[in-house]
Amino acid sequence: MQRIGVFVCWCGSNIAATVDVQRVAEELKKEPGVVFSADYQYMCSESGQNLIKDAIKEHALTGVVICSCSPRMHENTFRKAAASVGLNPYMVEIANIREQCSWIHKDKATGTEKAIILGRAAIAKVHLNAPLIAGESPVTKRALVIGGGIAGIQTALDIAEAGFEVDIVEKSPTIGGKMAQLDKTFPTLDCSACILTPKMVEAAQQEKIKIYSYSEIDEVKGFVGNFSVKIRRKARYVKEDICTGCGLCTEKCPQKKVPNEFNMGMDNRRAIYIPFAQAVPKVATIDPNYCTMLKTGKCGVCSKICGVKAIDYTQQDEIVEAKYGAIVVATGFNPISPAKFDEFAYSQSPDVVTSLEYERLMNAAGPTNGTLLRPSDGKHPHTIVFVQCVGSRCDGAEKGKPYCSKVCCMYTAKHAMLTREKYPDTDVYVFYIDVRTPGKNFDEFYRRAVEEYNVHYIKGMVGKVVPENGKLKVQAADLLSNEQLHIDADMVVLATAVEPDPSARSLATKLTASMDTNDFFTEAHPKLRPVESPTAGVFLSGMCQGPKDIPETVSQASAAAAKVIGLLVKDKLVGNPCVAHSDELLCNGCSSCEKVCPYGAITYSDKEFRMPDRTTALRRVAAVNPAVCQGCGACTVACPSGAMDLFGFSNNQIMAEVDAICK
Amino acid sequence: MENKANLKEQILTASGVNPLKCMRCGKCSATCPSYDEMEYHPHQFVYMVEKGNIEPLLQSESLYTCLTCFACVERCPRNVQPAKLVEAVRLAVIREQGANHLKPQDIPALLDPDLPQQAIVSAFRKYAK
Ligand SMILES: Cc1cc2nc3c(=O)[nH]c(=O)nc-3n(C[C@H](O)[C@H](O)[C@H](O)COP(=O)(O)OP(=O)(O)OC[C@H]3O[C@@H](n4cnc5c(N)ncnc54)[C@H](O)[C@@H]3O)c2cc1C
Ligand code: SF4
Ligand code: SF4
Ligand code: SF4
Ligand code: SF4
Repeated sequence: MQRIGVFVCWCGSNIAATVDVQRVAEELKKEPGVVFSADYQYMCSESGQNLIKDAIKEHALTGVVICSCSPRMHENTFRKAAASVGLNPYMVEIANIREQCSWIHKDKATGTEKAIILGRAAIAKVHLNAPLIAGESPVTKRALVIGGGIAGIQTALDIAEAGFEVDIVEKSPTIGGKMAQLDKTFPTLDCSACILTPKMVEAAQQEKIKIYSYSEIDEVKGFVGNFSVKIRRKARYVKEDICTGCGLCTEKCPQKKVPNEFNMGMDNRRAIYIPFAQAVPKVATIDPNYCTMLKTGKCGVCSKICGVKAIDYTQQDEIVEAKYGAIVVATGFNPISPAKFDEFAYSQSPDVVTSLEYERLMNAAGPTNGTLLRPSDGKHPHTIVFVQCVGSRCDGAEKGKPYCSKVCCMYTAKHAMLTREKYPDTDVYVFYIDVRTPGKNFDEFYRRAVEEYNVHYIKGMVGKVVPENGKLKVQAADLLSNEQLHIDADMVVLATAVEPDPSARSLATKLTASMDTNDFFTEAHPKLRPVESPTAGVFLSGMCQGPKDIPETVSQASAAAAKVIGLLVKDKLVGNPCVAHSDELLCNGCSSCEKVCPYGAITYSDKEFRMPDRTTALRRVAAVNPAVCQGCGACTVACPSGAMDLFGFSNNQIMAEVDAICK
Repeated sequence: MENKANLKEQILTASGVNPLKCMRCGKCSATCPSYDEMEYHPHQFVYMVEKGNIEPLLQSESLYTCLTCFACVERCPRNVQPAKLVEAVRLAVIREQGANHLKPQDIPALLDPDLPQQAIVSAFRKYAK
């Protein structure tokens, strides 16, 4: 029989207001095996912990039940306290009487009754607990960063700076992300390329960083400290180590009509291309959807032109397998397509553009070499209407996104200001619902657009845009003057909502990392662990976790790097002893458990077993690798013969808890 | 006061609209083809009903100049459905007066060959109980 101590916490009034803690302590004192029971204001405080330690020593406790907040909060605190006086930490059980009891009940009698029941369940479990000893696993001192936008680049640079190897896997032919496409950046209006490209170059030159461009993640196995990842290096039909990036091939390729994604499809590139002048790596890539040689076997111009014989039409995808201690997700975002909002006539007129397209139209390396020209006729626009919140702040998925995209108020102010600065003869209107500009020097920036640059900010929305006789007829509401406006515009710019990259969801599945309903990666705690995912060893950087501008992205990127460094400096990680194990006598080798294990922890072997009458039989049985098992318990449910069980959460322990609750 | 609250309740129930969902973007009024004909514009309808300021709406010609085109319903980013509110206020007036503004037997005389069927149906919905 265990000697159990029960400790009921008030949590100030968090628990004590809805649970009669004294009664809980008294009632639980009557349970079999309970030799000590007390209540206290704050169990987690130092004096609370001392109360536990003293009781363990004084009453020779073999098990401890703490009725308090969720084990996610203080399980560790109490386990450490127990261990410090020689009690195995896995003999401590928490009954969650706060999140699962006091916070959700209003009536004190009900709350108290439930707290007693939860306490009884924990006591029933402790009776079956056995001391467990955690194993250790080594840490692979190399990090993987998925996504090479500003977030991924910054994270990789910081990790490399601390002396660890980092690989960046970027799905497009170059790193840089959206920031490479921007013209100037708020709030200081420095040229985006001028501040980004030095970082791209640094990433390329940093010995500790390896860039896998034009590559994707195929498979992720393992766990914190020991991930094993398959990276697919997509065939670019150009030998990366030989190509000098001279660009001759991209001038001679006869396939000229390929929409250029870097300029948002507003001009064309060739089938063999280098995305932009400062691309890293500066290597050509053949687009297999357009290359005539790859499609019909006839052409081969680029291979004839290339002086260093870098072209290889027979190249295949290559799978690289590598081990990592930590993984950082930095897959960023995309603007949504405005197709769903055809009241703005995006599909009807080339002069209705998205803000990212507008960035390209203002950019010296863009399709118009930085001169603002209307896409339809190449003329200078004189009246431009900006529409904010397109597809953001909507109710219900069929309308758009429920969240505020956060960056569009500021970049619209930027676009309006830059337009008025460069072309003072242009009339610029911005239709807004609210102007949201929290951030250092942000509101001042917006006010400058109004006060110094005379941008017409109008509180209201655009209702519809009708292309007519070379103009865009804009019908809008001016809510403050209570009138409907009709503006003949030359261009309309839509500040479209941002959304996570479409590849993010399948990546989350591979990483067993969780996402919210909008497909943004979820952080482990919205306030206290903002750069960690709930999956140990997986960290978050940049827009993939939620809308944010460059300053915030970079801060988060460095924070994620700090977390990674904190992990990689460790030589060993203390594992979780609550792992699965199989009872070989019950196992029938059916493979059910192997199929459900997300970590690949289960293997099979043929083993000899003694049978009646001194015979032996060879049977296939499952074995769990305790270093790989994360204790998720999937196998224990899948096993049809009940051979799989979890240390610390055995079927017996759980049934004992259920019995105690149902008694 | 109680009557006022009742009227608001009645209109909200009849329309199924929750004006608290409105974020005051004005897209309904931006899109409304009958804007200049309306004394109170769709976004104002939503706000006035929310505040329980319904008396002026009951008196307003706006009830009959709304075309029931539902453009505001289609475009509202928050699914508020302003036109349904306009319709509910209209119904409240008609119910109060206990009179139909349009009787079925009056329709043939008013028919115009260019008038779309939808307009007749919607007029009927608007002016009759
Ligand atoms: C029109 C516009 C103007 C803006 N102007 C400003 C401004 O002036 N100032 C400012 O501070 N912010 C501005 N922003 C915001 C800024 O663009 C973002 O804060 C920043 O780009 C976020 O960086 P990121 O690295 O998180 O994402 P991204 O830039 O999107 O980078 C993500 C990278 O990951 C790669 N990737 C995605 N999925 C995968 C995958 N599965 N595997 C491998 N790689 C993958 C992508 O190819 C991309 O290279 C603007 C945004 C827009 C839309
Ligand atoms: S493939 Fe050859 S021609 Fe093309 S950029 Fe590379 S080195 Fe130059
Ligand atoms: S940042 Fe501004 S424009 Fe963008 S969704 Fe939020 S409020 Fe609208
Ligand atoms: S339904 Fe009425 S209020 Fe709504 S847009 Fe049409 S005319 Fe305007
Ligand atoms: S469009 Fe919808 S959210 Fe916007 S003001 Fe009108 S009712 Fe309110």
